[in-house]
Amino acid sequence: MRVAVLKGGRSLEREVSLRSAARVEDALNALGHEAIGIDVGRDLVDRLREERPDVVFIALHGPGGEDGTVQELLEILDLPYTGPGVAACALCMDKIAAKHEMRTAGIPTPDWAAFNATAFRELGAADTLEEIEARLGFPLVVKPASQGSSLGVEFAASRQEVPQALVAAFSYDERVLLERYVKGRELAVSVLDGEALPIVEAIPRQEDFFNFEARYEIGRTDYVCPAELAAEETARVQEIATRTYETLGCSGFARVDLMLGADEPQVLEVNAIPGLTDTSLFPMAAEAAGIDFTQLVERILASARQRPASEATLPA
Amino acid sequence: MNGRRKLRGRISATLFAMTEPSEQEGQRRQPEGAPRRRRAHTTSRDLERYAGLFAKRTQAMRSSAMRDLMAITARPEVISLAGGLPDTSTFPAESFAAQMTRIAHESSAEALQYGPTEGFEETKACLVEVMAAEGMAPDPDDLIVTTGGQQAIDLITKTLVDPGDPVICEAPTYPGAVPTFCSYEADVHQVNTDDDGMRIDELEELIAALARAGRRPKFIYSVPSFQNPAGVTLSEQRRRRLVELAREHEVLIVEDNPYGLLRFDGEPQPTLYSLDGGDYVLYLGTLSKILSPGIRIGWVAAPPPVLEKIGLGKQAADLCTSTLSQYFVREYFGEGRWLDYVADLVTIYRDRRDAMLDALERHFPEQSIWTRPGGGLFLWATLPDYIDTTDLLAKALRENVAFVPGRSAYVDGLRGASSMRLNFSASDEDELREGIRRIGHVISEQIALYETITGEHRIGPPPDDEDDPGGEVVPMPRR
Repeated sequence: MRVAVLKGGRSLEREVSLRSAARVEDALNALGHEAIGIDVGRDLVDRLREERPDVVFIALHGPGGEDGTVQELLEILDLPYTGPGVAACALCMDKIAAKHEMRTAGIPTPDWAAFNATAFRELGAADTLEEIEARLGFPLVVKPASQGSSLGVEFAASRQEVPQALVAAFSYDERVLLERYVKGRELAVSVLDGEALPIVEAIPRQEDFFNFEARYEIGRTDYVCPAELAAEETARVQEIATRTYETLGCSGFARVDLMLGADEPQVLEVNAIPGLTDTSLFPMAAEAAGIDFTQLVERILASARQRPASEATLPA
Repeated sequence: MNGRRKLRGRISATLFAMTEPSEQEGQRRQPEGAPRRRRAHTTSRDLERYAGLFAKRTQAMRSSAMRDLMAITARPEVISLAGGLPDTSTFPAESFAAQMTRIAHESSAEALQYGPTEGFEETKACLVEVMAAEGMAPDPDDLIVTTGGQQAIDLITKTLVDPGDPVICEAPTYPGAVPTFCSYEADVHQVNTDDDGMRIDELEELIAALARAGRRPKFIYSVPSFQNPAGVTLSEQRRRRLVELAREHEVLIVEDNPYGLLRFDGEPQPTLYSLDGGDYVLYLGTLSKILSPGIRIGWVAAPPPVLEKIGLGKQAADLCTSTLSQYFVREYFGEGRWLDYVADLVTIYRDRRDAMLDALERHFPEQSIWTRPGGGLFLWATLPDYIDTTDLLAKALRENVAFVPGRSAYVDGLRGASSMRLNFSASDEDELREGIRRIGHVISEQIALYETITGEHRIGPPPDDEDDPGGEVVPMPRR
């Protein structure tokens, strides 16, 4: 089978994407397929028309690749692709919309308030900060609405730190959200074909607790898989994760990030196309379930081909 | 590249020192018939296994989100003021062809052979000539040719530093030196700089404080002329005091001088090496900025006992510096026009610096300050402290412009958060003006946003363009 692997692109997560794609291409070749790596750029449509792949493996992360844009193009070209469809991608990439969906569906997610830059510039949103701070408490988390990685995610420990954190988050997106900080254990549930895989727990070293960047470096965060949780806790977390996956309309695979606080697990976000690098959490979880990377790629590929074409927004 | 053949691969050796447009990684060509061999997959268990084998010092050698950010500055549509590249397009291709042809005809076998670890006598003669142009007269036997100035920093650190040994450098310092110091587990202390270079009073205090703790720095690393990244130059008075201090405390100075000959205005400063006579100063030179970084030719001038150890280290590292490159250097210097080429570069870079300074004046908001280098390749701009330039880079990249966030010039990765390094050697004047205009625009937007959020200076919507960001802001002095 000819499989185009879409990678790179213009997103800030370009490097992660290239690393994911390199592994995927190797796995595809090992499976006897013909992997065609395509660094996504202006010539994407031309390349796809020229290569005529049987299926497209999307290994893009961040805006552009993970937000439904590329998926929309592939629908128009009538090419089957891996991962969630257009609508699910758009929802997952937009943390604000995703949180609204979760709220409506009764999935626990931390309280938040969302703004765009215009609200501050033209509508006097700054005057509401005090109420928001009172409602969310400190520390609070400020994040851009649509980045997939830790870029632009800031803790504000006090009122004084909020403006600077907002300016930082607004560097990445026109919309940001302020979110209640949930103290607890950081969990990631990988979902493959609607089934939850073993839970990964990220345990940051204490000194780096408020440093998001540290969490993505080997040696500064410890990962435990499967996470040491009681059986009923595991089941509860996995159930919430799969329900989130369904609620947001994901298909194929996705990773749901949660915080396990004092009471209920709280869903932070869903990664529609989780990283597949050698340090990524999704392959780690798959491995704990006895699925090696090649098998994982095979299953993701199979799910792409089974997807009904009904999601297409244009008549065929 | 005018359709010429160019080898593929991304320049990432010292990421922050140089990034340049690259080909798309996806298009790597494989030789016919040779299947690509790349490891099929690394499992997390593999990773754990290797993690247990890594030396402790690798923990200091880490990648970061900032590194990933910097990687996309290499896109061709980005005006990159992030690089540290000299402009090699001005080198006359015809003479390059003639020189290489002569080597192929006359010395093919020798030029393709190993060479002596310390470098050829003929190479050293050329390097002595370069040092003489800055008033130094070293014994050629005190020189060792290295694979670029970067290897010189590595070899010196390897030779002198045990884990935990104190090393002193400037704040900010050359970003490419940080990973080197860290990989030998040096205990790095940074001394602030101002318009006259390293603050020698603070240096004295630091040396005294270390002495009280029973410690002595192994060396003081300095780029005294047109410093990377700040663009500042150490004043003569401070140079004299620095050399005195080294003698008093028997501490070595590592003088890294890649830019000394790229002086646009003002009088030349005496090198630390010439002031000291070469007793306590280890001098690092390079041809990267006055000829070509691609040939990888640098050198160290040091007292014989130190040089001997460096030579042993060099032997272990790579046996010898590229023979072919050394043959090229001999040919090139043999034509006797190398100083003319430096003069050409000075003219080009001076105009570019002027264009950048002019653009900064026009487009950067008045809450920002920057240095005015008298030479070299870089200047250093500092914004209000609530702007983090790592975040700002993400916004700037959406406008297709890039710079180096200031944090990379600090060992702790925390200080320098509101500063940036701007390079003016690798872009033409129009690109520089446009690049600065775009950066100025994103800064103005962030300042206006901050002021709106804090409510201190309600000034309405931000300016659409580079015009006065407005408001009751207090102007800060510009340097």
